Amino acid sequence: MSITVQIPTALRRHTSGVGNLSCTAANLGELFSVLDERFPELKPHLRDEAGQIRRFLNVYVNEEDIRFLGGPTYAFQDGDEILLVPSIAGGS
Amino acid sequence: MSEYDGHPNYELRCRECGRSWGNQPRSVCVECFSPLEITYDYDAVRAEFTREKIAQRPPNMWRYSELLPLPENFHPSLPVGFTPLLSAAGLAKKIGARNLFLKNDAVCLPTLSFKDRVVAVALSQARAFGFDTVSCSSTGNLANSVAAQAARNGFKAWIFIPADLEPAKILGTQVYGAKVVRIAGSYDQVNRLCSQIADEHRWGFVNVNLRPYYAEGSKTVGFEIAEQLGWRLPDNVVVPMAGGSLIVKIKKAFDELIALGLVDPKPVKFFGAQATGCSPISTAVKTGKTEIEPQKPSTIARSLAIGNPADGHYAIRAITKTGGWSEDVSDPEVVESIQLLAETEGIFTETAGGVTVGCTRKLVRDGRILPDQVTVVCITGNGLKTTDALAGAYEEQAAIAPKLVEFERYLANTLDVAETVEA
Repeated sequence: MSITVQIPTALRRHTSGVGNLSCTAANLGELFSVLDERFPELKPHLRDEAGQIRRFLNVYVNEEDIRFLGGPTYAFQDGDEILLVPSIAGGS
Repeated sequence: MSEYDGHPNYELRCRECGRSWGNQPRSVCVECFSPLEITYDYDAVRAEFTREKIAQRPPNMWRYSELLPLPENFHPSLPVGFTPLLSAAGLAKKIGARNLFLKNDAVCLPTLSFKDRVVAVALSQARAFGFDTVSCSSTGNLANSVAAQAARNGFKAWIFIPADLEPAKILGTQVYGAKVVRIAGSYDQVNRLCSQIADEHRWGFVNVNLRPYYAEGSKTVGFEIAEQLGWRLPDNVVVPMAGGSLIVKIKKAFDELIALGLVDPKPVKFFGAQATGCSPISTAVKTGKTEIEPQKPSTIARSLAIGNPADGHYAIRAITKTGGWSEDVSDPEVVESIQLLAETEGIFTETAGGVTVGCTRKLVRDGRILPDQVTVVCITGNGLKTTDALAGAYEEQAAIAPKLVEFERYLANTLDVAETVEA
């Protein structure tokens, strides 16, 4: 599936300044493989030593938290817009 | 924005990988995406931070300045904090406890919620970093506080809120001249949007890029509880949880006081309170999980309606490591508990306070809080902001003519005979 991915500013120094890319991936696992290949320096910032997505990294698909869509099992649709956002939140 | 190379006493450090980030408007470690936290040089503050010196200072949160990340030469513009700690015998009796205290931030200045504490610290740093505009995502109380304190301190304010917020909280933000942006979405969506905006605009978002500084303001609730108990720690604290930061910071405050020798070491159990309609943290605690499963909030306790709490992981840890627990209550229980607190203690709290009181009642009933233990219940907001939660709770009274005979008739119809005779 053809999707677009937004990279937050904080991580763009690991992507040679690239903030937006289009690629083909069927699901989250494939997307991370694409990112690993395209931006090898980015990998340790997105995943921990065990290869798991870092605890404080949230992934959104068209504004929806991917965990509500099935997380890693969610099958990307053509045109999906993926956002990587650090988990920082306010309060009341 | 300007960075400055550190104050002698504090700096940003990654909570997970420990990397130091000096002092700058940043909340996330670029190495591992984890949140940043303020750490202090405790040896440097030890000599100044004593019970005697604190006692000589004015009764507001700035009396604990050595353990707050404040810029050098900072002069507070408002006497925030130092709210009453009240013994609550009436409420205690009703719920089967005997040693209950209320930390009443429903009367915190200037905007009647504990958020005034965090905003006061965040704006001190917004100025130091050179921002002229401050901003936040908010479920209401934070919006009110940022707007008011921005006005007082000469900042422009942009406030982002979920569109369905209580009217009093929207009006109570607009009145200060803040620009209010209503977002057609949940708080979690507003918050995610603000992360993106903070990435693009040079604004001081108190709960995004200023978050590590902001969050430290919550510690003053803990410092005050200890000082107001006579420099003792309680046995239990019950804290409402939205993003999960407050409970973590009260624990940090107690730990700091122990480390600096201001209170005797003592195990304190931390209890978290949530609304059942938005209970990602209490669900995790009850099911023995260490991570949050996000939820879609559906509760009248909108100030606690954060389905993906950023500090959830740390809140779970604070609760489970201290032998505490987390409870949640339904919306009808929230309303009942607001009424219970008002009728027993004369405190009108907002829905979050109803959540906290309702959960305290459950915790006592279930034997997780023992009646004789010193238990502090944190009331974090004011009921006048969420009066719609009580819509329909009271019958509208018919007016009577201004005549004594009319009143006597009214009285006879209202009271039973015995009371009338006695009167």
